[in-house]
Amino acid sequence: MSAISAGGSGAAGGAPVAAGRTPPARPAPPLPATGGRPGRARGLLRAVARRIGSGIVVIWAAATTAYLALLAAPGDTVDILIGDGPDTPEIRASIIREWGLDRPEIVQYLSYLGRLLQGDLGRSYRLQRSVGDILAEGLGPSLRLAVAAAATAITLAVLIALLTAGRGPWARRAVSGLELLAVSVPTFVIGIVLLSVFSFSLGWFPVSGDEGPASLVLPALTLALPAAGVLGQVLREGLEKALEQPFATTARARGLTERALVARHALRHAMLPGATLVGWFVAQLITQAIITEAVFGRPGIGRVVLQAVTGGDMPVVMAVVILSAVVFVTVSTVLDLLYRVIDPRLRSS
Amino acid sequence: MTETGTTAAVRPAGPGGAAPLVAVTNLRVSFPKAGVDAVRGVSLAVHPGECVAIVGESGSGKSVTARSLLGLAGPGARVSAERFTVDGRDALRFTDRDWRVVRGRFAGLVVQDALVSLDPLRTVGAEIAEVLAVHDVVPRRDRAARAEELLDAVGVPEPRLRARQRPFQLSGGLRQRALIASAIAADPRLIIADEPTTALDVTVQAQVLRLLGERKAAGAALLLISHDLAVVASVADRILVMRDGTVVEEGPTRRVLSAPEHPYTRLLLAAVPSAASRGTRLSSPEPERPPAPPRTVDRSTAVLEATGLVAGYGARTVVEDVSFRLHKGETLGLVGESGSGKTTVARIVLGLHEPIRGEVRLHGEPWSGVRERRRRPLRSRIQLISQNPLDSFDPRYTVGRIVAEPLRDLPAAERRARVAELLERVGLPAETAERRPRELSGGQRQRVAIARALGPRPDVLVCDEPVSALDVSVQAQVLDLLADIQAAEGTALLFISHDLGVVHHLSDRVLVMKDGRVVEEGDVDEVFHRPRHPYTAGLVAAIPRLETGEPQAVAG
Repeated sequence: MSAISAGGSGAAGGAPVAAGRTPPARPAPPLPATGGRPGRARGLLRAVARRIGSGIVVIWAAATTAYLALLAAPGDTVDILIGDGPDTPEIRASIIREWGLDRPEIVQYLSYLGRLLQGDLGRSYRLQRSVGDILAEGLGPSLRLAVAAAATAITLAVLIALLTAGRGPWARRAVSGLELLAVSVPTFVIGIVLLSVFSFSLGWFPVSGDEGPASLVLPALTLALPAAGVLGQVLREGLEKALEQPFATTARARGLTERALVARHALRHAMLPGATLVGWFVAQLITQAIITEAVFGRPGIGRVVLQAVTGGDMPVVMAVVILSAVVFVTVSTVLDLLYRVIDPRLRSS
Repeated sequence: MTETGTTAAVRPAGPGGAAPLVAVTNLRVSFPKAGVDAVRGVSLAVHPGECVAIVGESGSGKSVTARSLLGLAGPGARVSAERFTVDGRDALRFTDRDWRVVRGRFAGLVVQDALVSLDPLRTVGAEIAEVLAVHDVVPRRDRAARAEELLDAVGVPEPRLRARQRPFQLSGGLRQRALIASAIAADPRLIIADEPTTALDVTVQAQVLRLLGERKAAGAALLLISHDLAVVASVADRILVMRDGTVVEEGPTRRVLSAPEHPYTRLLLAAVPSAASRGTRLSSPEPERPPAPPRTVDRSTAVLEATGLVAGYGARTVVEDVSFRLHKGETLGLVGESGSGKTTVARIVLGLHEPIRGEVRLHGEPWSGVRERRRRPLRSRIQLISQNPLDSFDPRYTVGRIVAEPLRDLPAAERRARVAELLERVGLPAETAERRPRELSGGQRQRVAIARALGPRPDVLVCDEPVSALDVSVQAQVLDLLADIQAAEGTALLFISHDLGVVHHLSDRVLVMKDGRVVEEGDVDEVFHRPRHPYTAGLVAAIPRLETGEPQAVAG
């Protein structure tokens, strides 16, 4: 299991920091009445260019770290490549020649980077297939799971926040208790509990596999519950804070109902801290998906990682590390743009 | 509930005999959870076409009173009254829905600081249109156009562009106008304005007051809440003076200002610093202000000398060719509106910002443009008192530790003695040393800041808006304290303020800054009574005045 954390969460541990750092600091109160639309568009382009530039650096760093991990990994590459096959000095020599393992490490590293640039993720040691193809197969089911989980988590969180913001102490206490529970119980426990109740006892959902939407319900819920707990708390706090702001008083003084006040004013303010969490949420999805896919016997990236790590299939592990870096860079770039949409104050500067 | 703390009951009819728009008898508002009785038996009525002002200091209950009239006393508030009518209907029986019809449609609310009182994430056009939508006064397709008309009506130039901007993109004056536009959008018969000009520059304040006056002339009734008697003097027909949740005095504006009956009103009036209060103590309860302690200005010794200062941030120049001399024992006032460069000058004087050109000399020695190592031994010669001392205190420190901080060179016993002496000097009881800044009132905090600044016996005190956040009676005490200290120690003050009354009260000479330049300087009486520069003349003209004269003027 330690190998999993070295591969999967190694990337997940590094990249969320990058994602978490992205919320730009609020600029000092800007000068009034500046900037027309062209200036604003240029500012946006510059921001995007800067994000992409730093994103490339992050991906390069991830690729390099993965490569260093490969060098540091125990075991001989040739042993892994031979596996259970015949082991003779001739075969060893031909493998070394074929994979270019006799070249200096720096040359191997550079050619690895060069292949990455062309989109070539290399060949799996174990499966003797293109790593790109292996990932592509797993990506579909994993993506379905991630999107379903994200949608469920956000829906749950918004509902919880809307229903409990500004409510009496008892409702709040009960809900925060549940939220705390959802956050603190390990994912696999949630998964096993859901399985035993809804699949084994009630038989509502399939026990394992990836056949149709019904098989998606429990895994998605397993992933969504902890995230919804955290996100719900943050959103509720944001809502309550927004409802205490002077502009909320002004809006009430216009004759708005509380519901309209929340929908038209407060929710958008609450979304700002919520959006910050999305970066953390994606990190969570990637690491937890490995466990969830295992618990529910689903195909996907998680299973690919698990098999690659246990089998010492370093090209696949490295590709997953790079893939997660790409995901984080993309998410944090999108988040940055999202901030600017939610909070226009960030656009001028 | 029959006992009332007010001096007048609700009159059945107003000046024109019309029924009051809102009338409340013996209003009480408490916040049981916080254990606060904010309003304790207030009666008031506002009639069509009149302007009633509630004046009081922080915590007097004036804001809560005003908001209760809209059913917006706040979460956890318990509101009761003997009688409470809004538009002739019994407001004690209002449902949420009834209140919502009143809010915005019957009565509009204008509050302080539109930067946060308008939704910062939405355009001002959308904020104004929201009122039109909620009360459905204008069909959907015409709302945007109507919002622009309203902006135009409150004197916002380029309303089409401004409607699409957000509060942070507008200047303080423009966004306050936008806030007023949103309050009057549904053409309410009553406008409740709660500190509508606080934190605005004096010329902008004058514009906003004029705008509110125009609405009154157009037939709206006005309930104006302010801590500043002078602000309401020009607009209000009647004034209620509130203190500790009750109305201590009520009457026509002219009478309240010229012949105040209640000692608290007299104290408030006497505490207002102005040209007339020069050389007197402000915080005295006596009707005649006693003279301030005498002091001497030594015009032959320049403690601080600034020549040709040019400074900026990045490519932006905010200070352009500023020169002045500060003499021993002298107070030099520095006035100007926000963005005029006052604070940057203060930062240069404090050695916190390097000028691009020009230099500052302290006691004839170079102070700007030298290495920090050379400057450090002299740093104790110049101390700062800022607007918000709380920000300058480490919240975990006790007051004693805060005051002792600049005295690190003294042995422990001497340091303790000096802290006690300093606290006594600024009028704080010795046990304050054990408390933390958060537990203190605004006035007490400013006293702590002054004690800390006095610790190293500085030659120059830079005071950057030191009383702007204080109530007028507390402001009076702090200004008196500064005058006492100056008289006793011969400290020179560089006194920065946007409040011309305060500067006129305290300063010997004054510099008027605009857009980074000094447009006028000279003797304070000379500059304010006979301004030569049109900008100064505009500033002076915009100062709200107690038109009916001050108590002394009437007595004399």
